[in-house]
Amino acid sequence: MTKKVGKQTFKPSSPPVIISTAAVSGPFEGQGPLGKYMDHVYTDVTAGERSFEGAEKEMMTNACFTCLNKAGKSPPEVDIFLSGDLLNQTITSGFSALELAIPYLGIYGACSTSAEGLALAAMLVDGGFAGLVLAAASSHNSTAERQYRYPTEYGVQRKPTAQWTVTGSGAALVAPAGQGPVITYVTVGKVTDLGIKDPLNLGAAMAPAAALTMIQHFADTGHGPEYYDLIVTGDLGKFGHEMAVKLAVSRGGFDLGKNYRDCGLMIYDTEKQDVHSGGSGCAASAIVTYGYIYKKLLKKEFNKVLLVATGALHSPTSSQQGGNIPGIAHAVSIEMT
Amino acid sequence: MPRDPKKKPITVDQKRYSEIVRDLAPKPLYLKNALLAFVTGGLVCMIGQFFTDLYRITLNISPKEAGNPAVATMIFIGALLTGLGIFDKLARYAGAGLAVPVTGFANSVVSSALEFKREGLIFGVGGKMFLLAGSVITFGVVTAFFIGLIYALFIL
Repeated sequence: MTKKVGKQTFKPSSPPVIISTAAVSGPFEGQGPLGKYMDHVYTDVTAGERSFEGAEKEMMTNACFTCLNKAGKSPPEVDIFLSGDLLNQTITSGFSALELAIPYLGIYGACSTSAEGLALAAMLVDGGFAGLVLAAASSHNSTAERQYRYPTEYGVQRKPTAQWTVTGSGAALVAPAGQGPVITYVTVGKVTDLGIKDPLNLGAAMAPAAALTMIQHFADTGHGPEYYDLIVTGDLGKFGHEMAVKLAVSRGGFDLGKNYRDCGLMIYDTEKQDVHSGGSGCAASAIVTYGYIYKKLLKKEFNKVLLVATGALHSPTSSQQGGNIPGIAHAVSIEMT
Repeated sequence: MPRDPKKKPITVDQKRYSEIVRDLAPKPLYLKNALLAFVTGGLVCMIGQFFTDLYRITLNISPKEAGNPAVATMIFIGALLTGLGIFDKLARYAGAGLAVPVTGFANSVVSSALEFKREGLIFGVGGKMFLLAGSVITFGVVTAFFIGLIYALFIL
């Protein structure tokens, strides 16, 4: 008997508990409306390190240690560390794992990595393989801009659909029992390609994956969008959010309603902060979920949340060679009981 | 399902979605951007002209000779503003107004050099300095060669 329900959804038999989370961010994110929910806001994007890559690693390591401290745990007590980021060869995660010295499995789902880690953590715990799993994800504006686009100081006019990579990192600690919200369902997404080629319009490229994963989640679980107090996609931005709403109606007949928001739009004050279509990157969903949403769940201001983290599975090489931008989205249902 | 690796036709789904995205995606404000580029580009040229005149009068040289130190000054200003982290903020508004004059070239070289400084002097700064400007140089030289060839064959 497997724990699969429907086509793509998995239901843990005893829902694993997120016993602790932590979120850290850069100064620009700290100025946004969710700044006060961060465990630490760095005053400088270099975080005192000599490179931006070093800064990103410092942020992830800090998020992981903060998360463990809040639960009163130490690294040797953790069975597995699952982590991913946007840099080539996921160096942030690898170097953070070196410092944490926890058995490590590197994962990559572009900006969907946060939900991928959380989903796998829940499965490992519910499967009885691990007693304590730490899942983390990070991104840094300066490292991602350089890798995907231009040097940071290069002067360029951005398109209105372009997004701003979020600087920060989030971590969550998952256990078989304890205090905190539980993971009730995991819906693993399929890679979806609806022909978008523009790397400056990633929201539109990822929106189909987000919509299809949500539709499948609703079909598999029998819960409609109204079941959740909050449905959040990872980093679709203003335009991607709009497209996801349209696709959910046209493909699945679901009205996502007022409770559907996007992490990339929640982090920044899109009126005052010049981020065009909104935030993006692994940290977008990670810091919103592990900073803001987790705290709201603990206070029972939200009781049922569906996190749908979205990722664009392209690279600058595939884009320059004319390839489409395939998207992916994983859904994790988090409930406070 | 048999797979033909050479052919990967666009599905109806992809075509329809791409069209919807193309129609609905917010467009850049072309007129505003063009006007800003026109004004800022003009300002950059005025500053350049100021330096040309300044060198011509103070150094007592011909306008043609005064062009070189004036260009060097503009490159210096572009590079300095890049290093101070001001150039990219100005370019968000100015766009082509700052990118097309020599200031844009200076910015592309200096921003790359700064970005890759941490990868060392040889492979970082030296190797990647012309990451963005490289194609300008390549095609500039190629174009100059062909124009020179045409000039040599038909006009001389």
